[in-house]
Amino acid sequence: MTYDLAVVGAGPAGLTAARVAAARGLRVALLDAYAKPGGQFLRGTAPPRLTGVDVMLGQRVWAVEKSSGGFRVHASATTTAATLLVATGAHDRVVPFPGWDLPGVLTAGGAQALVKGERIRPGEEAVVAGTGPFLLPVAVTLLDAGVRVKEVLEANRPSPRMAAALARVPSKAGEALGYARRLAAARVPYRTGHAVVAAHGEDSVEGVTVARLTPGWRPYAWRTVDCDTVAVGYGFTPQVDLLLQLGCAVEGDHVVTDDRQRTSVDGVLAAGEVTGVAGAPGAVVEGALAVHSLVGEPPPRLLAEKARLRRFARALDLSYPVRDGWRDWLTPDTVVCRCEEVTLRAIDEARDLGAHDPRTVKLLARPGMGWCQGRMCGHAVARLTGHEPAPQKRPFAQPITLADLTLHDREDNA
Amino acid sequence: MVGAGIVGASCAYALMRAGVRVTVVDRGGVASGTTGAGEGNILVSDKEPGPELELALRSNDLWRELAEECGGFEWEPKGGLVVAETPEVLDALTAFAETQRRHTRAAGAGPGDPETTPPASGAVAAVPVAAGNLRDFEPHIADGLAGGLHYPQDAQVQPMLAAARLLKASGARLVRTAVERFLVSGDRVTGLRTGQGDLHADAVVNAAGTWAGNFPQAPLPIRPRKGFILVTQPFAVPPVRHKVYTAAYVTNVASDAEGLETSAVIESTRAGTVLIGASRQRVGHDTAIDYPVLARLARQAIGLFPVLKDRQVMRAYAGLRPYSPDHLPVIGPDHRLRNLFHACGHEGAGIGLAPATAEMITAQIAGARPAVDPAPFAPGRFA
Amino acid sequence: MIEFRFEGRPVAAEEGQSIGAALHAAGIRSWRTTRFGGRPRGLFCAVGACFDCLLTVNGTPDQRACQTVARAGDEVTG
Repeated sequence: MTYDLAVVGAGPAGLTAARVAAARGLRVALLDAYAKPGGQFLRGTAPPRLTGVDVMLGQRVWAVEKSSGGFRVHASATTTAATLLVATGAHDRVVPFPGWDLPGVLTAGGAQALVKGERIRPGEEAVVAGTGPFLLPVAVTLLDAGVRVKEVLEANRPSPRMAAALARVPSKAGEALGYARRLAAARVPYRTGHAVVAAHGEDSVEGVTVARLTPGWRPYAWRTVDCDTVAVGYGFTPQVDLLLQLGCAVEGDHVVTDDRQRTSVDGVLAAGEVTGVAGAPGAVVEGALAVHSLVGEPPPRLLAEKARLRRFARALDLSYPVRDGWRDWLTPDTVVCRCEEVTLRAIDEARDLGAHDPRTVKLLARPGMGWCQGRMCGHAVARLTGHEPAPQKRPFAQPITLADLTLHDREDNA
Repeated sequence: MVGAGIVGASCAYALMRAGVRVTVVDRGGVASGTTGAGEGNILVSDKEPGPELELALRSNDLWRELAEECGGFEWEPKGGLVVAETPEVLDALTAFAETQRRHTRAAGAGPGDPETTPPASGAVAAVPVAAGNLRDFEPHIADGLAGGLHYPQDAQVQPMLAAARLLKASGARLVRTAVERFLVSGDRVTGLRTGQGDLHADAVVNAAGTWAGNFPQAPLPIRPRKGFILVTQPFAVPPVRHKVYTAAYVTNVASDAEGLETSAVIESTRAGTVLIGASRQRVGHDTAIDYPVLARLARQAIGLFPVLKDRQVMRAYAGLRPYSPDHLPVIGPDHRLRNLFHACGHEGAGIGLAPATAEMITAQIAGARPAVDPAPFAPGRFA
Repeated sequence: MIEFRFEGRPVAAEEGQSIGAALHAAGIRSWRTTRFGGRPRGLFCAVGACFDCLLTVNGTPDQRACQTVARAGDEVTG
């Protein structure tokens, strides 16, 4: 059967959209790669009740294609739908540093997922580092799990702009205050203008080098801190692979949408982190608005809420940028691409050979050619070649077996 | 030199060594076109007897020399293995190899004037492999094949690195900008108008790949023929040792069909991935992904190497092969404008044929006699 | 709780937990090495994006440990 709406991603945006759409009588399929719905944010919470929605879990969507009546969504099975909503969220953006590939170094989102979704304690003693307000809930989550959080290191410095933006979103302000109180009560220092610039250990992290940073993130005044776990996050990278496959327009690292979540391609909607909105509340609003682009008119209240959260997201972006000084944390031997073990030296050699852009560096030195297809190093490689990071086209949003791929020869199916 | 792909880089290398100062102009930089989308094949096995085979044999020797004197581009003299599914196909394949061997000898001995038809630098080596011995070459190859032929001269390089290394080693200047048109004075080309101003030169070489036919002052019938490559996950030890392909590949390469053709062409890379080709489609400059074609490539690959079945593909990409109506490269002086030379139209064989192409162009610019007879490649043949 | 085996030794997991989380919690932080430098790899992103945590589950190679729910009796190797 052909669904009215296929939703890819069962996080806050996708769940909201699926629920609202089903309530309005649409035939809805909701697909998610993981075995449980909820996405990164709602991991570990009770699964929501979704009546009238065909929930397909463990479905890793590797490609979407236009078809005559809409779209084909390819996972282990193929789902067809008249309209597609992509709500595939984001993953942590990380900058490389010496030792960042040692076990025990986790992304901030990964550390949180291990506690909230998997109910494990990721380590005994942790340092949380990176940039952005997300570091605070991660540190609190680790504390709640019984991890001794030794320091929280914010590479940027608080800006008046951010304070102003927070003040306009009381719920966010309250949240931040709550986290700060919780950290203070546990005597966890929160240091701005600091970063983990190296991790040390043989088979696993045993300690880190912490440095003070200039406003441009050049390190000075180093010291070491013992820990077995590091959680690092320098913002987020929207997972726009499926949207790029369909040719949707992007701006920076996210997909362009109008006020009802419509992308530049007819019939393709996007909501949540893929649109550049930050956080679950914005994702929920956008999930609901996406349905209104199909049925009825969007309530002005939702549109206003969305505009407010967008402004907040923009303030976040401007207040917590990744500044170029991180390059000084690297040595020639530092691995930049974890998959293909491409060092800074190898990238510099490729540039010396005439590679002037990220694509040519990739062709000559292989960063981004491995299993993750540049998801972890793409940002760094672009910056190291003097370019703005841009989403890469990936014909396979997930790797699939050759055997599974053979099922898509349409001559066979005919 | 218009174009910083493998042909432009090879020409720059050969010319600079011959004492010609070269500036290379490419809007995308080194290896940004077809060179960046291929497997790096250096094949004699798939060449029908004729001028292209002679060029391929000469190029094969030159690649071995380049690997010694330049290197740094993952030169792998791995050899090719062509397999046949049925006894009938094996017979045809064996007969084909015999014509390859015979032709090469004939080219050396005459009938032409030995002064104007220099001997090809080598002869094709092709060794029959019985069905029962295929696993000596490829331990993971499928059951039930009728046999094959081993071509020890077939080799592989990492094409992007090869272009970049040759260009770097040449010492030629690379200018990253678009070429708008040739500068022409009377009946001669005097340089290039580029996005960064005019460049004046005693000679201009058109190595612009799929765009080489599009200069209005000296058009050529060169068009793109699209091909996909599937890239598997990396292996610690890849399950494919040679370049392995089925006999159908040879007929597809020579075919004039407009529609989609596919045949299994499989090889590993130094990085541990397995590359799976090959498809041919004439759809202009469109490089969009076509999943049914990828599915067919996957099925053919599993047919040859069942061990790949449960392994994963990470990536796929399309490239455009610049082809001419008779499937021969276009090499030599333009028939309309003096001081303009073409080095293009190599279809899917550009990596393999680049050094011999460069040698030919260098000889022609210097007014010397090329090692391989240039007449069959003359640009004027389409006029 | 359920139990699976990693390289022959028993590892406990909660119902619904991923193999990667169960290994990490059991103090097994690395289960494969890289193919060039032999560097240890375990969990990094823990959300299925980095592919650091690949392992073999019941003979199927290259599964993401963070995305594969542990089942009783699974045979897991690096």
